[in-house]
Amino acid sequence: MKVPFSWLKDYVDIDITPEELQERLFSCGFEVEELKYVGEEIDRCVTGRITSLEKHPDADKLKICRLDCGEYGKDIQIVTGADNVFEGALVPVALDGSSLHGGVKIKKGKLRGVESCGMLCSGEELGINDDWYDGADVNGILILSEGTPVGTDMKKVVGLDDYIFDISVTANRPDCQSVYGIAREVAAVLKKPLKPVDLTYESSDFSTSGRVYVHVEAPDLCPRYIAHYVRGLKIEKSPLWLRRRLALSGLRAINNVVDITNFVLLELGQPMHAFDLSKVEKNEICVRRAKEGEKIVTLDEKEFELTANNLVICDGVKPVALAGVMGGLNSGIAETTAEVLFESAKFERANIRRTSRALGQKSDSSARFEKGVDAYTTGIAINRALNLIEALGCGQIACDRFDIEDKSVAPAVVKTKYSKINALLGIEVPKEEIKNILKRLNFNVSAKGDDITVTAPAYREDIEGYPDLAEEVIRMYGYDHIRGAFLPTAKVTGGGFTDAQRTEERVKRIARGQDYNEIITYSFISPKDYAQLRIGGEAERAIRIKNPIGEDMSIMRTTLAPSMLTTLVRNIRRGNPRARLFELANVYIAKQLPLAEMPEERKTLCFGVYGAGEDFFSAKGVFEAIASEFGIRFAYRAAEKPFLHPGKCAEVLLEGEKVGYLGELAPDIAEGLALEVNVYIGELDFAKLQGSLSSALRFKPLPAHPEAVRDLALVADEEVFCADIEKGISDACKYVTAVKLFDVYRSEQIGAGKKSMAFSVTFTPHENAFKPEDVDGYVKRILKSLGEKFGIALR
Amino acid sequence: MQEHIERIRADIAAGIEKVKDGTRQELFELKMKYLGKTGEISALSKGMRDVPAEQRPAMGKLVSEVRAWAEEQFDQTEALLKKKELEARYKSERIDVTMPARFAETGTLHPVNIVKKEIIECFEGMGFDIYEGPEIEKDYYNFQALNIPADHPARDMQDTFFITGEYLLRSQTSSGQIRVMENKKPPIKILSPGRVYRSDSDATHSPMFHQMEGLVVDKGITLCDLKGILDEFARRMFTKETKTRLRPSYFPFTEPSVEVDLSCHNCGGKGCRICKGTGWIEILGAGMVNRRVLENCGIDPDEYTGFAFGMGLERIAMIKYGINDMRYLFENDVRLLKQFKD
Repeated sequence: MKVPFSWLKDYVDIDITPEELQERLFSCGFEVEELKYVGEEIDRCVTGRITSLEKHPDADKLKICRLDCGEYGKDIQIVTGADNVFEGALVPVALDGSSLHGGVKIKKGKLRGVESCGMLCSGEELGINDDWYDGADVNGILILSEGTPVGTDMKKVVGLDDYIFDISVTANRPDCQSVYGIAREVAAVLKKPLKPVDLTYESSDFSTSGRVYVHVEAPDLCPRYIAHYVRGLKIEKSPLWLRRRLALSGLRAINNVVDITNFVLLELGQPMHAFDLSKVEKNEICVRRAKEGEKIVTLDEKEFELTANNLVICDGVKPVALAGVMGGLNSGIAETTAEVLFESAKFERANIRRTSRALGQKSDSSARFEKGVDAYTTGIAINRALNLIEALGCGQIACDRFDIEDKSVAPAVVKTKYSKINALLGIEVPKEEIKNILKRLNFNVSAKGDDITVTAPAYREDIEGYPDLAEEVIRMYGYDHIRGAFLPTAKVTGGGFTDAQRTEERVKRIARGQDYNEIITYSFISPKDYAQLRIGGEAERAIRIKNPIGEDMSIMRTTLAPSMLTTLVRNIRRGNPRARLFELANVYIAKQLPLAEMPEERKTLCFGVYGAGEDFFSAKGVFEAIASEFGIRFAYRAAEKPFLHPGKCAEVLLEGEKVGYLGELAPDIAEGLALEVNVYIGELDFAKLQGSLSSALRFKPLPAHPEAVRDLALVADEEVFCADIEKGISDACKYVTAVKLFDVYRSEQIGAGKKSMAFSVTFTPHENAFKPEDVDGYVKRILKSLGEKFGIALR
Repeated sequence: MQEHIERIRADIAAGIEKVKDGTRQELFELKMKYLGKTGEISALSKGMRDVPAEQRPAMGKLVSEVRAWAEEQFDQTEALLKKKELEARYKSERIDVTMPARFAETGTLHPVNIVKKEIIECFEGMGFDIYEGPEIEKDYYNFQALNIPADHPARDMQDTFFITGEYLLRSQTSSGQIRVMENKKPPIKILSPGRVYRSDSDATHSPMFHQMEGLVVDKGITLCDLKGILDEFARRMFTKETKTRLRPSYFPFTEPSVEVDLSCHNCGGKGCRICKGTGWIEILGAGMVNRRVLENCGIDPDEYTGFAFGMGLERIAMIKYGINDMRYLFENDVRLLKQFKD
């Protein structure tokens, strides 16, 4: 929202600097994103009168001017090439050392041997056009009108001596989306009176109703519609003061009628429209939903096919405007327009928003309606427009109008107590202060003891209850009055993590203990990521985003492996020699697609490893570390996964249930990614695991008698799994408490297709100590059992 | 005999002198030669039988003297040799202590999760429960119940990722407020961290990021309580001197709403590059829970009041650790990750 300082000053006596005003606005909720001095580029450029003019002796096209610039020099010589200058003309003079629009610097110099102490300027060189100063568009030097003393700063002459506040207005304050809206806040915060907008005008004795019939068929989308007839129009250029206001706000002047509608939009925040009544058929204006397939060509010559979701303004035959968005080309103001119907309306913002989005058609009007226009302002804006018609003397105003209102605007009334306002704030703002603040903000306040009844100004449609009043009070009273307290009235609560959350933290701690670094990757991935891992089918059961940023972030992942692989590959390509990474995050499992109920969000743990010294078993380490910490036992079973090496891939089981997998990335996939190092990836279904990860600690009595340890070197067929032998040993003797492989050996002597595996077996006695022959007996029993089950023999 | 004793004494002295450069084994052998069961001094004792009775006391004295002397000599030499041996061993076993150690390195938490953990630790002690709501959320929880009506700009397709008309990726952890308040009646003190999603991607925006929502609902909760809690948070997350500043703002689910700034931890409020010369850094949005939101959850807004606050964890991590581009946080370059040993 761009607000010129000078325009604000029309309504409030501002006696502080723009910088100070910026601070004050900030403190009451209006952040000035940019405070810009309009003439910041222009320096040392003043008015000067040409006292003499002669031809340059050595150049046909150049002239030597002598200028009177008052205090800057009574006789300054400047060479110019412009041919519209004359003796006695008042012109802008860029003095030696001056700067102009676009960062141009002017220095004293010689032109064809003649000294020139500056430059005469065109409008363009000052960064202005005709809207700022008549004649500024002329190709040549800007000839100034009489009445300005020589030596006057040009910025003051052409209207550049001003400031623009670019104010960020929060969505709850559409009433501040205008110069006057901001002026109301400025008056309140500076405790100054607000000058009223001039809404007066003289009407003639003809009527609107005698010329046109206006009706609203869709009051739900158009809560208020005002139409006022103006005739005897002279379409012409607006006066300079009006054009300058538009220019300051970044708008170009078009003609008086259009400029008035734009001016009112800027000043009061009400989009206005003017229909050329001579183009309205059957003397009728109707506000209704468009018919399916109905077409309109808007002022910018774009054609739209409409639906019943779009609101249109129609004459007796056809749409003449897309309500709140843009007028139709068929009813626009032309040079010949002699009579208009001024429209000031409140259109329902959601509908304007939807229409604007659906058709891809935007305007200052639609942007403003989307923020919300209040019905009160709709009423005053029409008067302001008519007041300007009169001020510009460009038409005669009808004596009546159509003002169709669904229900009349009833300002919000809040009945509350001073004490309630203060109770929310937690401080004691004096009653008188509360009352004064609300009054300054144009609330009507009647108080009796602690009770107050507050009527909001009609333009404040955001006010609903006492918290809104509390906000009004504190933003004016000052947030620096709020002093920190520490919940003195609240009940004490325990707080803290749930068991599940604590377990997560513990698992992360274990992973870190194994030198794993935590990563965070996006929850959405590309279907291509699945395809690369040859699990393209997964994409079918994944939840799809309707409006993704791109295909690469379009589906909610059902596994963390693709993101892990991407991250490992990025690290490898960046030359990082090794990495151990983990992520604990949700995967998203739809119960059905398209989604009809909340999907399952399953916490999953993913590990990824590469680098010197890493192999399947080092990658397996973190699984065992977790098992060991939580006192559970994982079983591993050779398995296959589409993206893993079929000989180096395991399923992880807990109590017979599959809870995860790990393995080496399939060599052909690695080759495809140009990886020269082995990559290991594994996942654990954390949600499934969680029930088994108890944090309850229990003391187990220490063994009363010494344990016995025996090493057994066993010869087995290659096909026999280590896990099976371990289990065979444990199952064969109830005293076995630990079985640990410590060596694998192959040789000719042992035989082809055989391997020797050395296990260290721990026997723990129960009630009675072992006798030496006991353990020998157990070993015999174990060997017998292994022999029968696996054909294993002692080496 | 006396001569014999003197000779033994001289022999021992000479022998010891020689063995001083030798080993403890040689010394032991020498010792045995004289003091062993069959050694020469032991032989002297045995030879006493042949000494005339009147000389026996004197001779006996001489023998015990020489024995005591010899034992002392051997003990001293033994100690000497032991010392020498140890010195030699020390010398041979000397290592370069500056050579690298072997140790198990520990991994790191992601910086965003370090921040999350620190914030939780800060609030956990104040009695806040931790609640994690669903990321794929219903429109009702993400918007409607939070007083964000159907036509609110925040609901625009360009901001929020939709799955269907009803389901979306939550755009704020505030959705968790509703889920908590629907199931729990005051006193409520929760902290709700998690992933949130918005269709936005540049140096300061990521389509996925993390928020932390705080909510307190009880009797008599005021704006001063909000300020007090956030003051404490600011001191603990940044420095003891860090101050907070509230200024008016707008969120549909709070009224009054405030933007909370922290005094710049880098310059202490004097103004620097990090705070763009203002001395303040915008850190979170907050406010008193809107009455409608309480009503939507079946909590009587005339009996209870509350405050809520929400902050972006990436933003805090960036401010706290001086990271200038949010994208670094999602690249997961191990060189960055390893820097965050907390």
